[in-house]
Amino acid sequence: MTSMDKVADNPGAKVKEGVDQETVEAVQSVGEKYKYGFETDIEMDFAPKGVNEDIVRLISKKNDEPEWMLEWRLQALNRWQQMEEPDWAMVNYPEIDFQDIYYYARPKSMEDRPKSLDDVDPKLLATYEKLGIPLKEQMILAGVEGADSTPAEGRMDAGLDGRKVAVDAVFDSVSVGTTFQEELARAGVIFCPISEAIREHPELVKKYLGSVVPQSDNFYATLNSAVFSDGSFVYIPPGVRCPMELSTYFRINAENTGQFERTLIIADKGSYVSYLEGCTAPKRDTAQLHAAVVELVIMEDAEIKYSTVQNWFPGDEEGKGGIYNFVTKRADCRGARSKVMWTQVETGSAVTWKYPSCILRGDDSQGEFYSIAITNNMQQADTGTKMIHLGRNTRSRIVSKGISAGRAQNTYRGLVSMHPRAKNSRNYTQCDSLLIGDKCGAHTVPYIEVRNNSSRVEHEATTSKVDDEQLFYCRSRGMNEEEALALIVNGFAKEVLQALPMEFAMEAQSLVAISLEGSVG
Amino acid sequence: MRRAQALAAKREAAAERLSRADLPKGGAWVTAARENALERLHRMGLPTRRDEYWRFTRPDALITAQTAPVPLMVDEDAPQFGELDRLNLVFVDGVLDAAQSDALAMDNVEITTLEQAATQDIHWARDLFGVLETQGQAPVERPLAALNTATATQGLLIRVTGQAPRPISVTYLRGNEAGDGVVHHVIRLEKGAALTFLESGPAAARLSAVTEVDVADGASFNHIRTQGRDHGRRALTHLFARIGSDASFKSFSLTVNGALSRNEYVITLEGDDSHATVSGAVAGDGNDGPFHQDDTVFITHAGERCESRQVFKKVLRNGATGVFQGKILVSPGAQKTDGYQISQALLLDEDSQFLAKPELEIHADDVACSHGATVGAIDDEALFYLMSRGVPRRLAQDMLVLAFLSEALDEIDNDAIRDDIQTRLELWVERHSA
Repeated sequence: MTSMDKVADNPGAKVKEGVDQETVEAVQSVGEKYKYGFETDIEMDFAPKGVNEDIVRLISKKNDEPEWMLEWRLQALNRWQQMEEPDWAMVNYPEIDFQDIYYYARPKSMEDRPKSLDDVDPKLLATYEKLGIPLKEQMILAGVEGADSTPAEGRMDAGLDGRKVAVDAVFDSVSVGTTFQEELARAGVIFCPISEAIREHPELVKKYLGSVVPQSDNFYATLNSAVFSDGSFVYIPPGVRCPMELSTYFRINAENTGQFERTLIIADKGSYVSYLEGCTAPKRDTAQLHAAVVELVIMEDAEIKYSTVQNWFPGDEEGKGGIYNFVTKRADCRGARSKVMWTQVETGSAVTWKYPSCILRGDDSQGEFYSIAITNNMQQADTGTKMIHLGRNTRSRIVSKGISAGRAQNTYRGLVSMHPRAKNSRNYTQCDSLLIGDKCGAHTVPYIEVRNNSSRVEHEATTSKVDDEQLFYCRSRGMNEEEALALIVNGFAKEVLQALPMEFAMEAQSLVAISLEGSVG
Repeated sequence: MRRAQALAAKREAAAERLSRADLPKGGAWVTAARENALERLHRMGLPTRRDEYWRFTRPDALITAQTAPVPLMVDEDAPQFGELDRLNLVFVDGVLDAAQSDALAMDNVEITTLEQAATQDIHWARDLFGVLETQGQAPVERPLAALNTATATQGLLIRVTGQAPRPISVTYLRGNEAGDGVVHHVIRLEKGAALTFLESGPAAARLSAVTEVDVADGASFNHIRTQGRDHGRRALTHLFARIGSDASFKSFSLTVNGALSRNEYVITLEGDDSHATVSGAVAGDGNDGPFHQDDTVFITHAGERCESRQVFKKVLRNGATGVFQGKILVSPGAQKTDGYQISQALLLDEDSQFLAKPELEIHADDVACSHGATVGAIDDEALFYLMSRGVPRRLAQDMLVLAFLSEALDEIDNDAIRDDIQTRLELWVERHSA
């Protein structure tokens, strides 16, 4: 029996002085390992394996797409067939056979599009319930209940009870349902699966799709352009503050299936939206591919907060299975004084290849990137951001915390570029890496390009191990080693955890502990 | 596909380049080393600007078979290191000029030229010549160093068996407007030996210099380099070093001129408890002509409890470009490593630029590694403070420039050498005062 169990068995145990309630809770959930590794037994429709023109036509047809969309996809496919997989990231994985993957998998029950959530297959609804994702509007997001007992400051927004979060739930290749659509529509907000947006709002999709991440931006983004099956679409009209947080929950369920989702969010002049994204997948021996594209368009005075908790199945202790996560995320701050904030907690995936970027085009625009990347066992992550300063007086801030344990490799890779026109711009970058154990690696690969002198760029990076003195201090206060480690790591990552919306902060903190399970002793 | 095509093109370029080169003949040991280098070069091909390692500096001007003439410049400054008690060896257009040089003799030091040693069938330098260069080809390929090994006929082979009584100073003079200088030095410091190695002067319209240094246990190597005042010259240098236990390695470079300078450092701390410092001060003014300066450093920690420092400071104006690519690689098991890296640039106007890639790759947990990089203009508050104390703006700016660069000069231990470098720098600042 581990001491974790002891804590769990004794819920009334008094919290020790100086120890956050959150940390205790986080530590309690250690030992559950990967919580979301179950599989939903459901009948699926698969398109034949492989990617070719027929498959692209089929995906387009399944989504009842107009001709222009199909043309766009075919163009992308054509480009992709001439491209080579990038090899510059510090990740190693067996060669992917792109013709041995299902590119389209849909629950049979979704063949006739359900009119409302009431018509959705109960098995699907049960899956999301099990994942803690509320698909009934009267429910609130798991983790929020009891939040008011959280002592941390700044989390005590009034009226937390019943705080609404609209959810778009994507299951393999299709969206199974989107909540609060009517209420959002009253505010003028469009929140729907992108497949629906292509049919219902073609003018918006046509205008913005591929305008941030061009059709053939990179190998994986080009593949996504050809075969993306669903994803979320958000449009916030001018001057609207989105009345609730929006979120998309991605679930990969079917075996040998790739998930290729596309997210497009447009924040029109003076609008605001906070968007959350979560993802999980079952435990399997074989690796699965996930290649998503996220495009954010931010107009004058608008703001988008985009938060991700990435918890794809990381593979087992020996590195078998897990998700290969090759994601292109980019925000285009088009208008003056526009603002974007990327926050990511990366704990899952066998391989992560992901660089959420900000193009700071508008004068006085701002980009922020907060990241915690935790790798344990055989996981590999190569992640970071690009801050491209084009406009005057643009500001960016990067805070990256990498934690590496087991035999994992964790790389921060980033670019800060100040163009000649980007006068009086500022960047501050802080990259810290923490190593737990002597078999893992932590790497930092920043690129700094400054082409004008009124701008200022500051970059700092440190790498260290968990401080023995801190560990000793915690241990001498009666904490066991795993509790102590979770506390220290949560402290190390605090700046990023605090940037997360409340719902995610809770989940992220416990994830930090779970991900590091088994890395000490 | 495309990658394979790119490699084929690079190999073709190497074959083409070599077909125009004079391949030197020599004794068995040197012939073997040169043939191996040729084989490496054919395999790697020549670099292109699409190579990651040449991201910020175009290799084109360093590769062409012929180089453009560069007008000779009369340097009226006092000769660099001229005041120091030194063993002075003068190279003119890349060839040792015995008439202008001191005799190749000093206590505890054995010096020969590559030209002379190459006539022999066997020589101690065969354990190092092209050997450290070969080891330095992974994980990053440096084909132009292999080209140097294959084609160099000039250079010094120095073996130090104890404390060298005086620094060895190499002065590179130019007599020809056109032409390449290709030199390859090998320096071996035996156990407990110590040497200060000074290099100065513009060398050639285009210089390729490779220096391989083996620092045995308890030995100490100190390297100081300046690259003359000729504006148009180009230089590519490689310094490969292997460092044993309880040893010390220090290298400092001053660059204030040159259309293109790239200094590559490949340093491996093999033993335990050793120390390595690589530092540089750069002042570039585009009004003198194009100025592009690149420091590319790769330090590998393989032993335990070693310390490494990288300190680079660059002042850039009128369209000058500064580049820093620095890497600390901590191998598995290199516990208690202390790695430090700082690169800072001061941009004096809107036209200059600084491009940097400060990298850490760490495979051991009990380490303390950090790097910092900052880029910006002169601090207005500091300027205002000095001016409010009655210092004219021009002088205040010069003072701040010198103060900024002095942090790199502080890495030089020897006071006399530091003063000599400081004087050079002050003369440059005076000449370029806005």
